[in-house]
Amino acid sequence: MEYAQATGLLGNVWLLVAIPLASAALLLLLGRRADRWGHWLGVLAPAASFVLGLVLFAQLSGLENKSVELSLWDFIDVFSFKVDFGLLYDPLSAIFVLLITGVGSLIHVYAVEYMRHDEGRRRFFGYFNLFVAAMLLLVLGNNYVMLYVGWEGVGLASYLLISFWYTRPAAATAGKKAFLMNRVGDAGFAIAIFAMFAALGTTQYDEVFNGVGALSSGLVLAIGLLLLLGACGKSGQFPLQAWLPDAMEGPTPVSALIHAATMVTAGVYLIARSNPVFSANETLQTVVVSIGALTLVIGCIIGCAKDDIKRVLAWSTVSQIGYMFLGVGLGGGAYALAIVHLLAHGFFKAGLFLGAGSVMHGMHDQTDIRRFGGLAKHMRITWATFGLGWLAIIGMFPFSGFFSKEPIIAAAFEREGWTAWLFGGAALLGAALTAFYMTRLFVLTFHGKPRWTEDIKHPHESPALMTIPLILLAVGSVGAGFLLSTSVPDWLTPVLPEHGEEAHGVLSHTVITILSLLVTVLGAGGAWLLFRNGTQEQEQPAGVLVTAARRNLYADSFNEWVFERPGIYLTRALVFLDNRGIDGLVNGLAAAVGGGSSRLRRTQTGFVRSYAMSILTGALVVTAAFVALQLGWLV
Amino acid sequence: MEDLKAPSIDYAAVAPILILFGAACLGVVVEAFVPRRARHAVQLTLALLATLAGLVVVITQASTRVTTAVGALAIDGPAVFLQGAILVLALVSLLLMGERKLEPGGAFVPQAAITVGSEADERQAARAPGLTEVYPISLFAIAGMLLFVAANDLLTMFIALEVFSLPLYLLCALARRRRLLSQEAALKYFLLGSYASAFFLFGVALVYGFVGAVDLASIHTAAAESDRDPLLLYAGLALLSIGLLFKTAAVPFHVWTPDVYQGAPTPVTAFMAACTKVAAFGALLRVLYVGFNGLSWDFTPILGVVAVLTMIIGAVLAVTQTDIKRLLAYSSIANAGYLLVGVLASGERGLASTMFYLVAYGFSVLAAFAVVTLVRDADGEAGHLSRWAGLGRRSPLIAGLFTFILLAFAGIPLTSGFISKFAVFAAAMEGGQTWLVIAGVISSIVLAFPYLRVVVMMWLSDPSDATPTVSVPGVLTTAALAIGVAMTLLLGVAPSLLLDLTTGAAEFVQ
Repeated sequence: MEYAQATGLLGNVWLLVAIPLASAALLLLLGRRADRWGHWLGVLAPAASFVLGLVLFAQLSGLENKSVELSLWDFIDVFSFKVDFGLLYDPLSAIFVLLITGVGSLIHVYAVEYMRHDEGRRRFFGYFNLFVAAMLLLVLGNNYVMLYVGWEGVGLASYLLISFWYTRPAAATAGKKAFLMNRVGDAGFAIAIFAMFAALGTTQYDEVFNGVGALSSGLVLAIGLLLLLGACGKSGQFPLQAWLPDAMEGPTPVSALIHAATMVTAGVYLIARSNPVFSANETLQTVVVSIGALTLVIGCIIGCAKDDIKRVLAWSTVSQIGYMFLGVGLGGGAYALAIVHLLAHGFFKAGLFLGAGSVMHGMHDQTDIRRFGGLAKHMRITWATFGLGWLAIIGMFPFSGFFSKEPIIAAAFEREGWTAWLFGGAALLGAALTAFYMTRLFVLTFHGKPRWTEDIKHPHESPALMTIPLILLAVGSVGAGFLLSTSVPDWLTPVLPEHGEEAHGVLSHTVITILSLLVTVLGAGGAWLLFRNGTQEQEQPAGVLVTAARRNLYADSFNEWVFERPGIYLTRALVFLDNRGIDGLVNGLAAAVGGGSSRLRRTQTGFVRSYAMSILTGALVVTAAFVALQLGWLV
Repeated sequence: MEDLKAPSIDYAAVAPILILFGAACLGVVVEAFVPRRARHAVQLTLALLATLAGLVVVITQASTRVTTAVGALAIDGPAVFLQGAILVLALVSLLLMGERKLEPGGAFVPQAAITVGSEADERQAARAPGLTEVYPISLFAIAGMLLFVAANDLLTMFIALEVFSLPLYLLCALARRRRLLSQEAALKYFLLGSYASAFFLFGVALVYGFVGAVDLASIHTAAAESDRDPLLLYAGLALLSIGLLFKTAAVPFHVWTPDVYQGAPTPVTAFMAACTKVAAFGALLRVLYVGFNGLSWDFTPILGVVAVLTMIIGAVLAVTQTDIKRLLAYSSIANAGYLLVGVLASGERGLASTMFYLVAYGFSVLAAFAVVTLVRDADGEAGHLSRWAGLGRRSPLIAGLFTFILLAFAGIPLTSGFISKFAVFAAAMEGGQTWLVIAGVISSIVLAFPYLRVVVMMWLSDPSDATPTVSVPGVLTTAALAIGVAMTLLLGVAPSLLLDLTTGAAEFVQ
């Protein structure tokens, strides 16, 4: 791959990361002195990065060779192990920069109002900026180690922000859960980097991608699966999906930015970035597709059974990222489709989360959709923007979800043989279920009779600082889809594989379009009919499937029984072994030494005569030994 | 009858020895003619200047490689290096001896001949300034050590041994406090030292019986080439080794060490722990590397057993010690074992690493005893370890420095202790003596315990009423402590400074 010179403004790519990082450092180091104005600095930093990102984007699009590499300094230089602290600004990272800073800035503005009454607002913005900086580093690095640094950085920020209200046990636990489950994925990612270095001697993207063809297919499969493990951890995909819904314990802007729009899509970025690795092995691609399809269905099923507005949205995030995994797994032109869906999803899901935050803001932090209802009259802007987001996510024409999701479904049907029916069917089923549960959410929240708790008299619309970001994101949900789906795949072609010839799948494209619209209408209509008159305020007894869905399809129980319990028993056994066995051995040895010491001490009588005796004995033995040596008795 | 020819002597090469002997004699004269009040200042200055002058001359002689005085003295790489080491360490020891702020009159008794416990003794204990003869006596000892490490024939070596031992016996008896203990220590040291000297002398006789000469070059030639039955030679070497191993405090010839280290005035203990070790190992190196090199080191297993015993027994006995000076004495015994490992590594690496170890250990042990002189109460130094509990709270600086020194003894990286242990063990591995290294590592593990126990006691126990205060050290002790600690750190982080020097000096002349 050829890189263009990093000349002029493009030499300042590092500022994208440095600005929010400096702001985070200021906010966290200045302490209370920055309490009064800190949040505005916190807003300014991603906004400045966004403006810079736009300028750089324009510059990049003017270049013939749309890749700029900037090597800042030697990050690691140990014998043959060399890692640049280098940045790569190419179409893929450029578009991520815009998503992160653009959506990020809107959510920052929203958070100024949302967190107004929180004592820790400055700290919140410090962490938030830290997240933006780490996420930008993640997408801008020019090698896997830099990506890993950013990867861990966003993990840290995510942990800090999920547990932001650390005095609440649920928040603290959720933070730990997210961190631990991410460790599993991160370990895989780290081993993948080690393996790359061991096999290819480098972690630089271009060198790895050039060298991957020469590797044995088993090694490529191993590296790919390990990368995939990392991606699943970060993106909440099966089998590491359980942490993401719990992460909703954090403040809502966090859920919107980190756990919906950006960080959780890092796994998709990782796979898209590594597309030469994944494309090199068919088994690997099938695994990715399977995980995507499985997760998208799981997410939908659980989403149908949840009553917490943020959890429903969280499970829908899991399911939508499943679509993206499906896309990157399909390979070829579908890489770009997945990125399109990722961008569109970033807009509408952020909008939905912020809308949910706005509802909670007006309803005394109530999150149970069974206790909402009839809010449309009281919160017109939230209702309208949430409604647009809802239409976008269920994939209704002409909203953005239609343009981004439908091509992925179509691409799934382009596979060969029965797998087309399997994965295409799963994608269609997902579309129907998405329409069902999102409509349920929308109807139960905004329509029907009020089922509010007694303390709420007049729900109020949120202030302008919160509604303006909502409106802007809603505009994105409406318009972005068509724009993105037409321009982005071309823009991304230098990095991702081109869309090949129109393949002929088991069904024609028109049929698929009609089918997907049909299932969407069916799902939405069904939900509308079922829930237009509200629902019970308490949990009702339910069948096997619903109960299972309410309990997250027993994934938590599975983790508890397979990992947690045996882990605890293993720990106890090890502690026992340590106390009785190892400590016993150590203490026994120590006691033996101490005992020997006390006994030996008695020979130190203080009498010269016994000292002389000791010396004489020693002298006799030594002399005898020398003599014996000479006489050949010793050897 | 032939005319007796005056031997030719390279005066420049032996100048350091002559300077020290001269200064010692001058010190005796000073004692006779300078008024009592001025004596301490004059004697201390004289001793320090003489040592410094000796050191300067040694440094200018750095590249000298000659044998002189009819082959009785060899001023070669190891001799010059070890002489320099002895002089530097002696200089720091003299600083400790000169300290008079910690205790009125200094650490030495005013008149050693007065009966302990008598009325006169109580009077002198209260106020009289200490003996100033300690300086010329020490100078004699230092000069003897310089001669000892350069001695190239066994008789000269024996004389040097006596020349530096006799002053040490005296010095041990001169403690101002706990005089009975001090005198007992001196007597024990004298009796056992003489006993060991007799072994050495008998060894010389046996070797002479085989070789017909006492100079090391002839012994080397005879050992390598003679076709007679070498029984005498081996027996002689055994007895010589015993005499030298006594001075190095190797098991089972170590028995005097704890009693003497505890009873002697602490500055003298420091002097013995640092300088005597250098001298004794210097002579042992010369005897084994020059005289008996021709036996192709087949005696290594026997001395190896001695080394293993020394390391293990020293370490194990250190575990249950309750007195800080006895603890350091056993640590010194164990360290003699590690040094023996270096000696038995043979070859240039063994020689260089042993010499490095001697210097590094010398500085650390001087600093350790400097701290011991500081921790005191109304009865003098607070030796019992229980009294050190909570010292970290009372005097964090001193406790911190002592912790650093203990960590160095334990061989923690970034201290000279780590480098020196590593150097001797690496040399032994290279020399094929893996078993010694294994024993050494085990012993180090055991020995870490008593050191860390002191650290734990100082920092993690609450101070009690019995915890002594740390006296404000005078300039001299401060300097000694600072030099010891600084060198322990410096040789830990930049060991190549000294390692290059020892490697360059690691070649004997015959």
